[in-house]
Amino acid sequence: MSVLAPLRTSWRHANRQGDLSAAMLALAPAVLLFAIFNIYPLIFSGFLSVMEWDGFSPDRAYVGLDNYQAIFESAQFRNALSVTLKYTAGVTVLSVALGLVIAVLLNSEIRGQNVYRLIYFLPVVTSTVAAAVVWRYLMTPGTGYADVFLRNIGLTPPSPTWLRNPTWALWIVILVGLWKRLGFNIVVFLAGLQNIPKDYYEAATVDGAGALRRFRHITIPLIAPITLLLVIMSIIDAFLVFDVVYVMTDGGPVGTTEVVGLLLYRQAFRYFNLGDASAMGWVIFAIVFAVTLIQWKFFGVRESAL
Amino acid sequence: MSAEILPLARVNRLRIRRPKWRHLAIHAALIAGAFVMVIPFLWMLTLSLKPVALTHQPPYLIPTHFEIANYEAAWQAAPFARYYFNSIVMTAGIVFGQVILSSLAAYAFARLKFPGREALFLVFLATMMVPFHVILIPSYLIINRLDWIDSYAALIVPRMVSAFGIFLLRQYYQGIPRELDEAAMIDGASRLGIWWRIILPLSGPGLATLGIFAFLFAWNDFLWPLVVINDPNMRTVQLGLAMFQGRYGTQWTLLMAGTMTATLPTLLIFLFGQRWFIQSVAQSGVKG
Repeated sequence: MSVLAPLRTSWRHANRQGDLSAAMLALAPAVLLFAIFNIYPLIFSGFLSVMEWDGFSPDRAYVGLDNYQAIFESAQFRNALSVTLKYTAGVTVLSVALGLVIAVLLNSEIRGQNVYRLIYFLPVVTSTVAAAVVWRYLMTPGTGYADVFLRNIGLTPPSPTWLRNPTWALWIVILVGLWKRLGFNIVVFLAGLQNIPKDYYEAATVDGAGALRRFRHITIPLIAPITLLLVIMSIIDAFLVFDVVYVMTDGGPVGTTEVVGLLLYRQAFRYFNLGDASAMGWVIFAIVFAVTLIQWKFFGVRESAL
Repeated sequence: MSAEILPLARVNRLRIRRPKWRHLAIHAALIAGAFVMVIPFLWMLTLSLKPVALTHQPPYLIPTHFEIANYEAAWQAAPFARYYFNSIVMTAGIVFGQVILSSLAAYAFARLKFPGREALFLVFLATMMVPFHVILIPSYLIINRLDWIDSYAALIVPRMVSAFGIFLLRQYYQGIPRELDEAAMIDGASRLGIWWRIILPLSGPGLATLGIFAFLFAWNDFLWPLVVINDPNMRTVQLGLAMFQGRYGTQWTLLMAGTMTATLPTLLIFLFGQRWFIQSVAQSGVKG
């Protein structure tokens, strides 16, 4: 049933039924707030991105696309983009791959499926700030549990510490992102796996297909759309990362964890460089939008909303 | 399914069943993974209950000491009670606002006929993909203009509408039989009367799902409070925790007591509402 069938109701007809006035009343608060705090800021942001302004002084100047040119020429912004891409790739690949493996294990008709699912999901609902604080401590040399564990399996802690080492810091941040994201992917994958009719597997078994071939020829093709969906959702989510970096490393050491969200925040609220910061916002938007277009293409606009 | 097929299917199920040792191996892998997932929680708990003098002992995951003193010390070192109050006010405002306003709007989109309905709904949908980063700066300027910096209004009002909530509830309302509306209409109920007396009482699970999502979002939110709150007395729990880390960064027992404090409400709410929550997350993939 298409619930959004073309609307042919005329204004007068609608009003006669009492629908129009009721709809105006019902929608007024949502539309008003939405206009003020979502639509207007979006347009405003577009203006800011072509202005030179600190947000307070009366003098602001129109500078065209200079801000965009400036940020793309700045090494700091390009570094931030590349850090964000690395973080996004790391979290997405690891969380989708591990999520599928764990979901397949969970789907193998074992006891305690719900308990496992619950435990794996706990980090998803935990505040990122709290998670970042705890993980920072877990990685503390000497007294942190993760640090001691990594030593025991033979990894030499880098100097000066895991989080202050330029090659390791981003990996630790990715680890926390993965820890937060994994449960979500498991739950979605598991629901998808449970949707595959058991008969398929039974028929394949009768035909003599082993576990690996069943996985390769039944599970993988049928789970592919969900995998794509999760990859897209994870990319969008990871690209907007802020809290975990702010708390764990504040972008350091030497900018190796400075993601775009953090750079934007600093440019706007520490250096009051609203033009550059807004331009960065629109670059983020453009990238996220490109990924969203892929989602729309495969899943439709309405289906992508949840 | 006909009678002859049934036994055959049973045989196949038997054949597909895995041997016991395989189940054991799967459990071992899953328990190892689950262990990694809960380490931070165990660690938080153990540390927060440990006497300060013992912090530098080798790490031990299971609590061996039970000392509430850290919590008292943490709550004294920073006004966590105040942070709690601020977070509760903000969260209650956002949850209440999102549930009521989304429900009203969703009712209009699901049940009422008016010109421009499709277009307006699409506008709501489309803005869901605008990253918060884009509207962060102008939103701050608007709040500043309204003189709302350091106020509950700044924390609550901009987030009282949720396009996601409208979408979720609209779908839910489409599942409620229209015959109920029509019966009420014959009895003389107004459009909004139908929302209040028919739709709202029947949308418990939908409202609960939205309520839990809104709660988790609001309680854990960080960036927006960071931007609109300067006054230490107006800090939310998450802001307070981040600042606390900056100040008492080396006093780990206190810090873990603070972290525990910040995490507990979401864990409790999630454990109570996990059925609705996990279900709606699971659906987000299946329908795709």
